Amino acid sequence: MRGRLWSIAVVLIGALYFFLPLIGMFEFSLRMKRGVYSFEAYRVVLGDPHFQQTFGYSVVLALLTIVLGVLIVVPTAYWIRLRLPSIRPVVEFVTLLPLVIPPIVIVFGYIRIYNTSSWLPLTGSWLGTNLLILFGYATLSLPYMYRAVDTGLRTIDVATLTEAAQSLGAGWGRILATVILPNVFVSVLSGAFLTFAIVIGEYVFAALLNLDTFGPYMVWMGSNRAYEPSALAVIAFAITWACMALIQLLTHFSTFAKARR
Amino acid sequence: MAFLDLSHLEKSFGATRVVKDFDLSIEKGEFVSFLGPSGCGKTTVLRMVAGFEKPTTGTIRIDGRDVTRLKPNQRNIGMVFQAYALFPNLTVAQNVGFGPKVAGMAKAEIGERVEEMLKLIGLPDLGDRFPWQLSGGQQQRVALARALAVRPQVLLLDEPLSALDAKIRVSLREEIRALQKELGITTIFVTHDQEEALSMSDRVVVMHEGKAAQVGSPFEIYTWPKTRFVASFVGTLNLLEGEVIDAGRMRLDGIEVPVARGLDGRGTGEPVTVALRPEAVSLGLNGSGLAGTVESVAFLGAVVRTRVKLGRQTITLDSFNQTATRPPEPGAPVRLMFGADDLLVLGED
Ligand SMILES: Nc1ncnc2c1ncn2[C@@H]1O[C@H](COP(=O)(O)OP(=O)(O)OP(=O)(O)O)[C@@H](O)[C@H]1O
Ligand SMILES: [Mg+2]
Repeated sequence: MRGRLWSIAVVLIGALYFFLPLIGMFEFSLRMKRGVYSFEAYRVVLGDPHFQQTFGYSVVLALLTIVLGVLIVVPTAYWIRLRLPSIRPVVEFVTLLPLVIPPIVIVFGYIRIYNTSSWLPLTGSWLGTNLLILFGYATLSLPYMYRAVDTGLRTIDVATLTEAAQSLGAGWGRILATVILPNVFVSVLSGAFLTFAIVIGEYVFAALLNLDTFGPYMVWMGSNRAYEPSALAVIAFAITWACMALIQLLTHFSTFAKARR
Repeated sequence: MAFLDLSHLEKSFGATRVVKDFDLSIEKGEFVSFLGPSGCGKTTVLRMVAGFEKPTTGTIRIDGRDVTRLKPNQRNIGMVFQAYALFPNLTVAQNVGFGPKVAGMAKAEIGERVEEMLKLIGLPDLGDRFPWQLSGGQQQRVALARALAVRPQVLLLDEPLSALDAKIRVSLREEIRALQKELGITTIFVTHDQEEALSMSDRVVVMHEGKAAQVGSPFEIYTWPKTRFVASFVGTLNLLEGEVIDAGRMRLDGIEVPVARGLDGRGTGEPVTVALRPEAVSLGLNGSGLAGTVESVAFLGAVVRTRVKLGRQTITLDSFNQTATRPPEPGAPVRLMFGADDLLVLGED
């Protein structure tokens, strides 16, 4: 009984610690109009053309990051499971590096290597800079993407399915697109939502590469306005949570489908 | 020239030679089984034919064409796996239509082919199901239809029935054989179940440690095993040790017995192994024959299996369960009789 009380107390304190600031922030974001609660701050933020522009930009970057991530990770994880299982620990370690190395280090490295006076001056052009940030984001998403896809691959018999497809005349491209990818699709999606959540709020890469994405916009808002930043923060939280909820939903449905197998 | 020709196939994984000097010619439309214990290299030979493993040396020819260096997807071979290996994200119809689609057939044509194949395997109404909605036997039949849908030159089956329960195993093996005859497709069937191999095949290849120990019709393999290994792996033969007296006689536990064949060219006193089928031995209570003692008696329904101790060796013999004569009691002295024809002299493994 006592142990139970204690654990309830701990959960309660944890919840308060987590939710009080959020509630406070939410409450504050509703007080833009003097004396009454209103969604005025949200109206202003959502109506701001700069918000729409930076947010749209980040969404496009996030989607492209996901595509790039899938194109890199799915064939890699597949090939390692199929032909090079011995180097899996090494690859797993490499994919974890972005969690260990701070983004600022990565982006400084990029700027040093690809600056305008280097052999590959990516930062010199609009396209180059965007490519650079895309690669950077794909790197940041690696730990989540690789793990998700690898877990998905574990649930199917990769080797035998590959051989079955080969004996029916299929080449590598077709095997990846019609046999492997559809069977790890749910895993890919859960990796994709995490990637989306990360890229939407990312600040360091964008700021240092001088790109006008959602992250720097939030920071700019924060240092120049009173109520709107709170509204923005609540919106950002909502997006992240929506992504998490979708992952939960997908995992639930996929385990449900498997249980019927 | 044979339709499928394997000559001097060898395969090593690292330092271990898994398949050694394997030769086999299969005629068009023939059904050949590879029979052997676990690890003897059956799957490895099959995978070399399919192109999943590269032979260390040797050549594989299909219909006169050297395919040794071709990739699996260039060989036009149908493969059925022990674990079914249906694509879980595709319906039955899509699974069967996979090969034709890869081959670039028109949509309408694919539909027709799928329908034809599903009818062939007796599941015409299950096209819209997913693999997980089927029983194991149904899944394996779909896998068979999928392999046949591309009209392959050769069909390879690697223990396709091992994952199924006994009843379905028997009915499905009959279906597979009937289908194979109907289509006239050249087939290799891998199994470690001797009953399966003997009942289905035109010819059986008994494999032992990466080599073909004996190749022959089921009747030949069962009746005239060539080596000790084949004799002990196929059927329930008695193996007896003795030594040669001359070309027509040998000594079994101090008793001289006549041998019809197989002793030519062997020196007097040389050790020799002979095989004796349980149903070739008959039992008498007195008179002529080899004297032994009954060790145990087992009723197998219509057949009574008696084990008789004969000096240092034990002989198993089968006789029909006749109500007129009671079987002997354990410990009773008996006489064993068999013809000089029934002793099969075995070669070395
Ligand atoms: N990829 C591989 N690498 C190393 N050794 C292998 C490989 N594949 C098979 N072997 C070895 O080759 C030998 C023959 O294997 P194979 O799978 O052909 O046997 P099998 O006759 O099919 O046996 P089973 O009845 O158990 O399927 C085994 O000793 C196995 O360990
Ligand atoms: Mg095998």
